[in-house]
Amino acid sequence: MDEMQLPNAEQLLAELTGRIRPDVETTTALVGIHTGGVWLSQRLHQDLKLSLPLGALDVSFYRDDFDQIGLHPQVKPSDIPFKVEGSHIILIDDVLYTGRTIRAAINELFDYGRPASVRLAALVDRGGRELPIVAQYVGATLDLPSDKMLALEKSDNGKLSLSLYDKRRDNE
Amino acid sequence: MNNPQLNKNGELQHLLTTEGLSAAILLNILDTAESFVGVTERDVKKVPLLRGKSIFNLFFEPSTRTRTTFEIAAKRLSADVVNLNIAVSSQSKGETLLDTVNNLSAMHADMFVVRHSQSGAAHLIARHVRPEIHVINAGDGRHAHPTQGLLDVFTIRRYKPDFRNLRVAIVGDILHSRVARSQIHALTTLGVPEVRVIAPKTLLPSKVERLGVHVYHEMEHGLKDVDVLMMLRLQSERMLSARLPSTEEYFKYYGLTQERLALAKRDAIVLHPGPMNRGVEIDSAVADGKQSVILPQVTFGIAVRMAVMSILAGN
Repeated sequence: MDEMQLPNAEQLLAELTGRIRPDVETTTALVGIHTGGVWLSQRLHQDLKLSLPLGALDVSFYRDDFDQIGLHPQVKPSDIPFKVEGSHIILIDDVLYTGRTIRAAINELFDYGRPASVRLAALVDRGGRELPIVAQYVGATLDLPSDKMLALEKSDNGKLSLSLYDKRRDNE
Repeated sequence: MNNPQLNKNGELQHLLTTEGLSAAILLNILDTAESFVGVTERDVKKVPLLRGKSIFNLFFEPSTRTRTTFEIAAKRLSADVVNLNIAVSSQSKGETLLDTVNNLSAMHADMFVVRHSQSGAAHLIARHVRPEIHVINAGDGRHAHPTQGLLDVFTIRRYKPDFRNLRVAIVGDILHSRVARSQIHALTTLGVPEVRVIAPKTLLPSKVERLGVHVYHEMEHGLKDVDVLMMLRLQSERMLSARLPSTEEYFKYYGLTQERLALAKRDAIVLHPGPMNRGVEIDSAVADGKQSVILPQVTFGIAVRMAVMSILAGN
């Protein structure tokens, strides 16, 4: 792995929180995408003092690569504890890349109801989109080689950090 | 030993029996089913996972509940389902089992769900089909009914999540029961320390202790301090010879009444795979009572079958 200076995830989260804050209303609901997006959404939900309960999505049942790689081995239950119909939802993900996860998340969300609007917040936008998807709130934009995988990690004391890995050819 | 259920990567290719499957594979099915319970509680009870896949329900033996829950599970995964009630179709015209399967494979089947009165029928089909086709055993003779065993274990885990101190009693016609065998293998693999079987000698297979169970012949002893009671149906249509004097007498000695249930722990739960013979193996007051989880079993059965189908289709 080459030495590359990655931004501080805690600092990015603080900036992301600041960008979302002016748009928060009583009808705003956060939905985190497993796993990194859920960590971020828990912190955002607390800091932004939202009244609607926090949602979480595991998009495994909606992914477009099921025929290539099968079912993800550790699917977590999705949980949307508020009425989707008419709500203004902000999807939270850690790293925005191809956009395929977000496509799957939007599809899943609509199986719960018809939201009034859906926006997207990502801690890092690393480019490389394969679908027409854009984030309204971004912590930082990074240009990374395509053979690298950027991952959000959480330590035992709850602190978030970013790490870079070599992408494995065989998709696990 | 070569397990015909696993592919060369050790992943589940077919589900034929719970026997010989690792705890990791069983737990993966149960955990995945947990996520599908959420799906079945939404407005849109459907995910696009198996869109474009064709699943054939091959029922060589009559069944309403199992066939229906497999059908609903497949539909909620967005697969196309074809139900074949073969007891009344081509086999009665003389076609062999494998010819039937060959014809359906030529229609581009992706998965077969097989119910057959002969033990080993699903194994035979699994060995015969092309490697991209998956087979689920929905009950073969006296041998196995793995999705029923898994949904029972799933139901138990929902109410009694800690298996390490659990005492489970399986009551009734163990001899003819493929359900009991699948339950026993799943429970012991997942670490339940004490599984009891309670039945008259005539309804127990010989050397049943080899499955790792404790044998009781009297409800009064066997039910003492159990956490889970798994009742079995008295399979009267399978009884070739008279193994019991009468169903009334069976109820007198082995029927689950409120009085007998009181011998178990106060928070014990009661399961039954259905269809129930009220007044034969279970009293209505128990079947409809507070400790009964018989209807949740049916609901969870759909989520468990969705999990099995999606794990197989992805391997």
